[in-house]
Amino acid sequence: MNLRNPLANAHNHGAAGDGVSHWWAQRFSAILLTGLTVWLVFALTRLIGADHAAAVDWLSSPFNAAMAILFVVTSIYHGKLGLQVVIEDYVHHRLAEVTLQVLVKIASIVGGLLAVIAILKVAFGV
Amino acid sequence: MATDNRPLSPHLQVYRPQLTSVLSISHRLTGVLLSLGLIPVVLWTLAVASGPEAYGALMNILGSVPGLVLLAAWTFALFFHLLNGIRHLFWDAGWLLDLRGAYASGWIALVLALVLTIAVWGGLA
Repeated sequence: MNLRNPLANAHNHGAAGDGVSHWWAQRFSAILLTGLTVWLVFALTRLIGADHAAAVDWLSSPFNAAMAILFVVTSIYHGKLGLQVVIEDYVHHRLAEVTLQVLVKIASIVGGLLAVIAILKVAFGV
Repeated sequence: MATDNRPLSPHLQVYRPQLTSVLSISHRLTGVLLSLGLIPVVLWTLAVASGPEAYGALMNILGSVPGLVLLAAWTFALFFHLLNGIRHLFWDAGWLLDLRGAYASGWIALVLALVLTIAVWGGLA
């Protein structure tokens, strides 16, 4: 039985000094994404309705390939940071919370890896 | 010690929704939806890398009526989250924290998100 006051528990296991890094990472990726979203909107207006050859042509330009990789990685990272906080705030069942956090992490890594490799494949024309 | 079933604030059932609170939860909601919206983005890169057949299949799904509705919703969520996110960055810097600034910037983010969504899709139509 745990007789400790919840506040005492919180103090004992309180911030280990890295709490602020999440906050900064979220802001830094947000600032990066403000610029990347402008690029994305121009990309979308070019790509909606484009056939496969046009899409390959567009994605194989070094600039677009680099921006696409930067966008995918930054947005997945930003999304992962956001989902993490949403899950922490609203999922009060501990097992469900941890399971969701792990799934979000795995999906982020797998999704990011798939997209980066796909973009590189198109960019290098293999 | 019964700490599990205590009422949590804010008590949503007795709160009158305000622009500030509605936009606040909308920021989270659009954030979650945009995270899910990254799945088709990843699928698009895979389709381009796989070839014309996979690409055509994905385009058929995105070009269908439900696909286009989701794409339009995705565009609006993107613009709203972007503009409201910039509003959050201003707050982080200590600006617009008074009621007037919070409300004015809130309306600007909402209206501009609508205008930009219409501009993108209107420009394509």
